[in-house]
Amino acid sequence: MIKQKPTVVIGAGHNGLVAAAYLARAGQAVLVLEAGAHVGGAAATHEFFKGFRVSSVSHLTSLLDPVVHNDLSLARHGLVFAKTHVKSVALAVDQEALVFEGAQLLAGTLSELDRAAFAPFVKRMQRFASVLGRQHGRVPPRLQWDRLIDAWPAARFGLDVRRLGREDMREFLRVITMAIQDVLDEEFSSDHLKGALAMDAVLGTKLGPRSGNTVFSYLHRHSGQGHLGVALPQGGMGAVSQSLAAAARDAGAEIRLNSKVTSLEVSAGAVAAVLLESGERVEASTVLSSLDPKTTLLALLGARHLDTELAQRVHHFRSIGTAAKVHIALSGLPQFRGVQPEHVGERLLICPSAEYADEAFNAAKYQRYSEQPLMELSVPTVYDATLAPPGQHVLSAIVQYAPYDLKGGWEQARAPFEALVMQVLERYAPGIGKLVLATELLTPVDLERQFGMTGGHWHHGELSMDQALMLRPVHGIAQYQMPVQGLFLCGAGAHPGGGVMGSAGRNAAAVVLKRPS
Amino acid sequence: MYEREARCAFSRRQTSLATGQAVGSRVTTRYDAIVVGAGHNGLTSAAFLAKAGLKVLVLEKNPYFGGATVSRELHAGWIYSNCSYVCGLLRPEIYRSLDLGRHGLQVVPYGGGVGFTRDGDVLGGYVDKEVKRREIARYSSKDSDAYLRYGRDVMRQCRLVRSLLMRTPPDPTSLKPRDLKEMLYIGGEFGKLGEAAIYDTLRFYTMSIADYLSEYFENDMVKANFAGSGIIGTALGVYSPGTAYVLLHHYMGDVDGQMGAWGFARGGMGAVSQAIARSLQSMGGEIRVNSPVAQIVTRGGKVTGVALDNGDEFEAPVVLSALDPKRTFLGLLSEQSLDASLVKRARNFKIRGSSGKINIALDGLPSFPALGPNHPLLAGDMHFLDSLERFEKAYDDFKRGTWSKDPYLDLLMPTMTDPTMAPPGKHFMSVFVQYVPALIEGRAWTADDREAFKKTVFAQISRYSPDFEKLVLHAEVRTPQELESEVGLTEGNIFQGELTFDQLLFNRPFPGFAQYRGPAKGLYLCGSGSHPGGGVMAAPGANAAREVLLDLRRPTTVPGSWSDD
Amino acid sequence: MRSPRAHYLQVVKHTPFHTRTHAANQLNLWHRWRDYTVSDAYFDVALEYTALRNACAVFDISPMTKHRISGPDALPFLNRLVTRDVSKISEGRVGYCVWCDDRGQVIDDGTIFHLGQNDYRLCSQERQLDWLVRSALGFDVQIREETAEIAAIALQGPTSAAVLRAMGISCIESLTPFSISVVDLAGAPLMISRTGFTGDLGYELWVAPTHAEQLWDALFEAGALYGIKPMGTHALEMARIEAGFIQAGVDFLPADRAIRTDRTRSPFELDLTWLVDFNKDHFTGRAALLFERTRGPRYRLVRLDVEGNKPAKDAYIYDDKRRVVGAVTSSLWSPMCKASIALASVEVTRGSPSDTLWAEIYYQKELKWSRANARCRVVSEAFYTPARRKLTPPPNI
Repeated sequence: MIKQKPTVVIGAGHNGLVAAAYLARAGQAVLVLEAGAHVGGAAATHEFFKGFRVSSVSHLTSLLDPVVHNDLSLARHGLVFAKTHVKSVALAVDQEALVFEGAQLLAGTLSELDRAAFAPFVKRMQRFASVLGRQHGRVPPRLQWDRLIDAWPAARFGLDVRRLGREDMREFLRVITMAIQDVLDEEFSSDHLKGALAMDAVLGTKLGPRSGNTVFSYLHRHSGQGHLGVALPQGGMGAVSQSLAAAARDAGAEIRLNSKVTSLEVSAGAVAAVLLESGERVEASTVLSSLDPKTTLLALLGARHLDTELAQRVHHFRSIGTAAKVHIALSGLPQFRGVQPEHVGERLLICPSAEYADEAFNAAKYQRYSEQPLMELSVPTVYDATLAPPGQHVLSAIVQYAPYDLKGGWEQARAPFEALVMQVLERYAPGIGKLVLATELLTPVDLERQFGMTGGHWHHGELSMDQALMLRPVHGIAQYQMPVQGLFLCGAGAHPGGGVMGSAGRNAAAVVLKRPS
Repeated sequence: MYEREARCAFSRRQTSLATGQAVGSRVTTRYDAIVVGAGHNGLTSAAFLAKAGLKVLVLEKNPYFGGATVSRELHAGWIYSNCSYVCGLLRPEIYRSLDLGRHGLQVVPYGGGVGFTRDGDVLGGYVDKEVKRREIARYSSKDSDAYLRYGRDVMRQCRLVRSLLMRTPPDPTSLKPRDLKEMLYIGGEFGKLGEAAIYDTLRFYTMSIADYLSEYFENDMVKANFAGSGIIGTALGVYSPGTAYVLLHHYMGDVDGQMGAWGFARGGMGAVSQAIARSLQSMGGEIRVNSPVAQIVTRGGKVTGVALDNGDEFEAPVVLSALDPKRTFLGLLSEQSLDASLVKRARNFKIRGSSGKINIALDGLPSFPALGPNHPLLAGDMHFLDSLERFEKAYDDFKRGTWSKDPYLDLLMPTMTDPTMAPPGKHFMSVFVQYVPALIEGRAWTADDREAFKKTVFAQISRYSPDFEKLVLHAEVRTPQELESEVGLTEGNIFQGELTFDQLLFNRPFPGFAQYRGPAKGLYLCGSGSHPGGGVMAAPGANAAREVLLDLRRPTTVPGSWSDD
Repeated sequence: MRSPRAHYLQVVKHTPFHTRTHAANQLNLWHRWRDYTVSDAYFDVALEYTALRNACAVFDISPMTKHRISGPDALPFLNRLVTRDVSKISEGRVGYCVWCDDRGQVIDDGTIFHLGQNDYRLCSQERQLDWLVRSALGFDVQIREETAEIAAIALQGPTSAAVLRAMGISCIESLTPFSISVVDLAGAPLMISRTGFTGDLGYELWVAPTHAEQLWDALFEAGALYGIKPMGTHALEMARIEAGFIQAGVDFLPADRAIRTDRTRSPFELDLTWLVDFNKDHFTGRAALLFERTRGPRYRLVRLDVEGNKPAKDAYIYDDKRRVVGAVTSSLWSPMCKASIALASVEVTRGSPSDTLWAEIYYQKELKWSRANARCRVVSEAFYTPARRKLTPPPNI
């Protein structure tokens, strides 16, 4: 039982748990309130067919904050990776798949020029990405001329850019707002390669490869500072959350499941309590919300507690999800065209060219789903036997573009969309249809319903430059502290954004702890 | 072929101004500075250098000068502004400093613009702001008030950009005092915006025009009405991030202090280049037409002059190229003399053509039933896309390698305002068309393509003006291909390079070359490919001249910005 | 009927009183008030002003922007919008208020009319629909602009009550300042509020446009014995400055129109501290104003009694050390005070009542320009507030 007024964390998603763990370790009485029946929020593993389990949303980690991993001793709390340094395998119907990991090109047919350009390009991008990565652990700046101290992080960011050296700095300032396709066209001729790289730039966004800002989203995806590369947690993404929950509990935090918060009570400009669906009222003067900014500020808090312009900015925070999730229970291991058997468990990409991605994106602009969608596939059971009965497999697919705001709604579109996904898979993995035991489709609408993310957006909101750093979620509240005293945002809607990273939770906790009492 | 000299048809008093003719024999003459290309920027650079007392020569490949700022009589009795067609960006500091008014330039404002809807209504952009507000209120009363906020926010951004137009961009990687000072200046201008507006600025530069407009307006027609300015001349769609800035580029001009207003140069756009040329000549500058430059000659990393196609050579320690960066670096300079990285930069410079033009001589005034006769907005620009989706679909066609089947038109009849451009009762119609690719599915345009393209455009106009087609006496169809072959704009890009952040300010044309200086000593870039970019603004030309004079240690003749406080 | 899209043919519209104001406008002097044309002066500015202070005068306020705000959340909405506590404006009452942007800078001032349960009217100088609608996010309210649906006229001056009495309107006996009453005018409701922009005894009358002319005629018929006159914007401006009222676009820049964001003013800087209530629930600009309260404002609005007889139009204000500390925003030779008076915005460190300020006045007589440095005294009260303004029942003359 908690006796003193607890610090409440709303939502036991990975960021909520990270924040809870840090606060509990600092000696605070922490109460985590989770609406669902399990911890993890969208970083979860669920059984979608008898005996078959799968990562509910994100299925690979690449951004997990190494500081969090280390500080919270996640390994000690049970986090094991079934596979690290997962390779990317770009599928093609008519040729050998391209296989690469980091700057290393491992297999595939490419011209000499493309081959030579690959490593320098990826390395340069990694250097740029690390500039962004260095910001992950920092509170974004405020740009006030009369309070220069708040602008210090901006100056530090400037120094980070400058440290790249003159040539890289120039290039960084040139490419940072560009469309990934323009940059790729400068370097490569292979459509296949450009498609694979473009995929990293558009996955999880409502942007196409020809949209500006996609170099930025590419860099963000590669901004993880970890040494594990892309990794597959044993037991699915839920295992990450389990270890975080264990760390939080270990530090003394209490996690209450099935406790949906419906509103926040404010008194004299400060948080006074959280109200639960059950009618229960929990008094608290410090509340961290790991829910998305729109839910936190417009639904739980209410626009009336915000200034007009700020409320409008939150209202216009772009959060139309475009990625669906398809889970397939398979009676055996599928074979993919052009893929060596040892690569089936890697990260498989369906995006044969940047033009393919662009066509796919066009549909999303008009609120339709792509007839030729992009896919990121993972067959985790190759490395992780805990997810399916022996000899059987799970295929987890991120399918894009499947916009939240689909014209006509998702209800009647489910069946044709699932059929479409199978059709595309069949093309790349002939015979896969015969292995299917069961499928599950989670559209952005389902994701919103199940995990409470507005618009079903994986990152709680578009991760583009106009919604990043001191503009995330919107300017004025990018420093975790919300305008109502005692309320903090600690989820993916805050800097540095989405992906199973944990940095937002860590930074928010640090801000809470640093606050003058 | 004999090309009739561009001239002012109304006054008829103008005689040939170009002093030089093609020179038959091989000559070598020495100048203080040579400008390659007699577009408005080349002429502006030359004029400021002449004003400083330099002996200046401008070399022009065409038999007429003006580049894309021309008036051409391509159908007897009609004067076409056959490339650029409206004047609003021309920097007033330059106008005044070169005395363009007294050299014959007269910029007259025209009245507003109008968008047509498919169901027969219009959204009139009336000059009177209350009338305009009431007009928007017919579509959404909320939007009509939001328009005031929109105007305020765009003006805030305009003020910031305008403060940078007549300045040389700093190199952010440099620690030289001048660069640091300029960085501080920009920082200071930013700071003056106030905190919230600083963030808005950062967002503005990275947003799409569609997202930006959605923060103000709810009605699709109202959004469509403002979206055009976000894409004109750009190979991007309304949903592409970066297009909000392009909008700004079309708003930052003014006519006599009316920010965002556009006007006509009386006598067509050629009047602008004519006036600059007269100013130049009054100060002793020389222009030679029919003189295509083959090469900029360098020796030991220094410019020594230029060589023409016919072998003539002209010597000068200073050469300014008003051509676009691709033509300058990959055409006029020998590739061997350049660093491989610079060659790569020039090759990768984004200069996509995305627009075309149809110039039409009309036998009379076409009717637009949605407006009715004698409507004041017949004098303004007309647009026919009434939803963002139609804009974006027009872009999709372009991405797939063909012209938009339902294109964005910016249609104007300058003769509604300017009596000099056609016989009384007759009209000149200028139709700007977007999107139009430089190549059709990767191949050159054919005569059939051009005909089909014209049909597409005429069909859209005819839908709103049933009698338009039968009034057509002559039509000049200009695809990016003609813009490249005649005017020399690579890929037909009207701005000499895309106006996206990666090619703006210190990135224009490429990082490290944004201060108007080329790779060889004495070589300068003075065209729209340099900061602050395209449009008939003349600022790149003026800024380049300032840098030349700075290097020559001569007092500058180039004016700074007027303060607007 | 003309198609709605032909509205451009009449750029400036007529108010519902136009037939009458037009007939009365002997000088044919007009002024554009956004969509409408209103009289600047009818026969003589000084005499119109005199009618106002000596008898009564009528001013057409129909172009004033009016918004109707209704619905279950009308009160919480208004309380979040404006800086004062609207719950203290009871039904049948009117309240003066300002509203701010997020930075605590004043967007506009206006009056809230509490018409009925969950039913309010907000009157203001500037158009506010965009701001109101944007502020309505999360509130169950309906907001409608109703400027064109109501004809309004101000009847101001010492005999204004007598005129209404003569019209048989008895409710004015008990109508206190800032109260509303509704009576019958030839079968149509006529709303009377004891409000105005003159600082004098006076009323504003609100009626459907169809009954506007009838109202005008009734007023002038009843007022004939009480010296009633029409009054234009020039005379009103004189009364406004004497009353010490500020005006958007003149004494402060509306924050939502500011291109230069440092030119705006907070309520504290406009001497409107009394309108800011930090004890009520959240309102837009609250945090910024709290911060400003601790840090202190940058400017202050002062009322100046300027030595001599020259109006201090557009004058710079200097302190004792000849340093420019501000500028005059409104100025007047006040016929009532027989003084040159001015409103000025000055740096906050100057302008307390004990400070001496100087106005640098440029003026010309018969084309000869002269400069005067006039000593200014800071006055803490309005320049002119007659007692009749507040008396209930109102005096007859």
